[in-house]
Amino acid sequence: MTDVVMPQMGESIVEGTLTKWLKKAGEHVERDEPLFEISTDKVDTEIPAPASGVLKEVLVEEGKTVSISTVVGRIDEAGGNGASAPAPAAAKQAPAPPSPASAPKAERPPVAPPPTPQAPPRAPEPQPVSYAEAESPNGPLSPLVRKMAREYSIDLRQVKGTGAGGRITKQDLEAYMSAQGARTMAQVTPAAPVTTMAPPSPPQSQAVTPIYTSQQAPAPVPRPEAPRARVEPMSTMRAKIAEHMILSKRVSAHVTTVHKTDMTRVAKMRARYKEEFERRYGFSLTYLPFVVSAAVEAIHQFPIVNASIEGNNIIYHNEINVGIAVALENGLIVPVIRGADEKNIVGLQRSIVDLSTRARSRQLKPDEVQGGTFSITNFGSFGSVFATPIINQPQVAILGVGAVEKIPVVVDDAIAIRSVAYLALTFDHRLIDGALADQYTAKVKSILENWSEEVL
Amino acid sequence: MRNCELRDLGRIGYAEALALQKDLVEKRKRGLIPDQLLIVEHPHVITLGRNGQMNNLLASEEVLRRAGIGFHPTDRGGDITYHGPGQVVGYPIFDLREWKRDVVAYVRTLEQVILDALAEFGIQAGRVPGCTGVWVDGKKVAAIGVHISRWVTSHGFALNHATDLTYFQYIVPCGITKPVTSMRELGSSAGRDQVISALARNFSKQFQFNLLRGEPAVPELTETF
Repeated sequence: MTDVVMPQMGESIVEGTLTKWLKKAGEHVERDEPLFEISTDKVDTEIPAPASGVLKEVLVEEGKTVSISTVVGRIDEAGGNGASAPAPAAAKQAPAPPSPASAPKAERPPVAPPPTPQAPPRAPEPQPVSYAEAESPNGPLSPLVRKMAREYSIDLRQVKGTGAGGRITKQDLEAYMSAQGARTMAQVTPAAPVTTMAPPSPPQSQAVTPIYTSQQAPAPVPRPEAPRARVEPMSTMRAKIAEHMILSKRVSAHVTTVHKTDMTRVAKMRARYKEEFERRYGFSLTYLPFVVSAAVEAIHQFPIVNASIEGNNIIYHNEINVGIAVALENGLIVPVIRGADEKNIVGLQRSIVDLSTRARSRQLKPDEVQGGTFSITNFGSFGSVFATPIINQPQVAILGVGAVEKIPVVVDDAIAIRSVAYLALTFDHRLIDGALADQYTAKVKSILENWSEEVL
Repeated sequence: MRNCELRDLGRIGYAEALALQKDLVEKRKRGLIPDQLLIVEHPHVITLGRNGQMNNLLASEEVLRRAGIGFHPTDRGGDITYHGPGQVVGYPIFDLREWKRDVVAYVRTLEQVILDALAEFGIQAGRVPGCTGVWVDGKKVAAIGVHISRWVTSHGFALNHATDLTYFQYIVPCGITKPVTSMRELGSSAGRDQVISALARNFSKQFQFNLLRGEPAVPELTETF
């Protein structure tokens, strides 16, 4: 029997309030498993069990305050031999008869502690109670250890036990698992490198197969290799991006239409003003503000592209607030150009530079990433010719801009070199019909193709 | 010197923060990560400690729902409290075995960190014996509630920076019928980032570790694709 005492949780502490027993009398507890909770001065502390066994006696009730070192309970380390133990827990569960025939049932969580010697009708020889226990090298295992071994498919013969009498504890399993790295990965894949590395020349050769089988036959030997996977929690941003993406795919009926657009006039315009622009404003002139400007102008003609859906209502937004997708080192953010229809090319370019710079240094204010009514994504800046963007909810359309490339095209039955880009409009087919989407995109295309070389 | 990673997570839901803490506590226990100091701000939520009394909740859950306030029972020490915008909430995930194995000393030190940080903004705060937390003239400016498992801490403190104090009308804070206050009400115009920096500085001083920038603050992402 091991005494469970009220621990001293600090120098000046003389007493503690036992607030909750996490195990009931008669329940099995693993060494270091949380056994009860105490409360001192706004601190709740979980106290681990000092030994493995059955919680035999509970001497201090919940809510009582006792001085430190007071015995609050006793653990019977003989474990399952506690005569009073099996009844309460086992009663509720389906009483699976421990016959050898019921092997599949034995895979379930164990219903009773190991057979009690006092109960002669039960088979005295160790029946296969569970896979995990059958593999156990050192006597009975706690339900927790059995469960973990099952869940993580651990071969218990590989685990060194440090508990009483060499028994395997939860800590032993954890230590084993962390030493093994990503255990499940390693189990599934060990054969793969062997087969892929084997030269393809002698197919089914006897020389190759033995390597394969000899790797499989014995229990997986701890391999000195580095773990094959690394587990890392998602950043808040990544988790939110994931959530938004899948939400959008679930909400909207995504369709993408692509129009090839001759950007030669815009390119000429840009080439002509590039240096002067940079000298005068301090930032360079890109294709993007021209596309934003054309997209916004076309929205005036097709306002449904700038709408959203609320229940069975269509909300037509009077403001045109254009979100611009900005790639960050480890994510993506869409700052918004408010009142994009009120800005000229210089104003748009200034907003794009300002928002994207501050997005990358993470200095955007919350309201600068809210309230967008339409979005533009410029994957062309990474070399993509065309892609199918995902709608930025609750908007109903997004325009993707591919890279502007010089290609040979046929103009008036002659071959000419033109600067061409693909404009990809993803639209929500719930609200926007294909014909309208194409009319809208054709309008954007036509504005860009006929750009007046006078207007900047 | 030990290291501690400071993560300013911005606005984050209570349940989300709880799950994150749980995960970090497990990693901390296994020694996979150094000490962590999470700084967050919660949407309106009322939380009830393990030993809390439901009768310290003055409004029905229905009333809370209509007022847009969440309700969350939780496993920290202490009674009932409110979290909301304008509050600087800190969740230290520290392994006290590497500092002092003393839970009361830990709570007193949390108080000291907040006292010293407030002093930097000209606020003279103090302790009230028997009432853990940080007080100014009989009003509570910061609440503390901690959970410890194998000497690894979770939960922590909530400092009223620019909190809308009317939300406290729904509860008896920490089961103590004493008024609450905020830095703003006490006349400080300090910005949130300044408050966080002051807290961070005093954390490294009191707990004697190097505070490293963890993952930086993420702007509220309402629109991404």
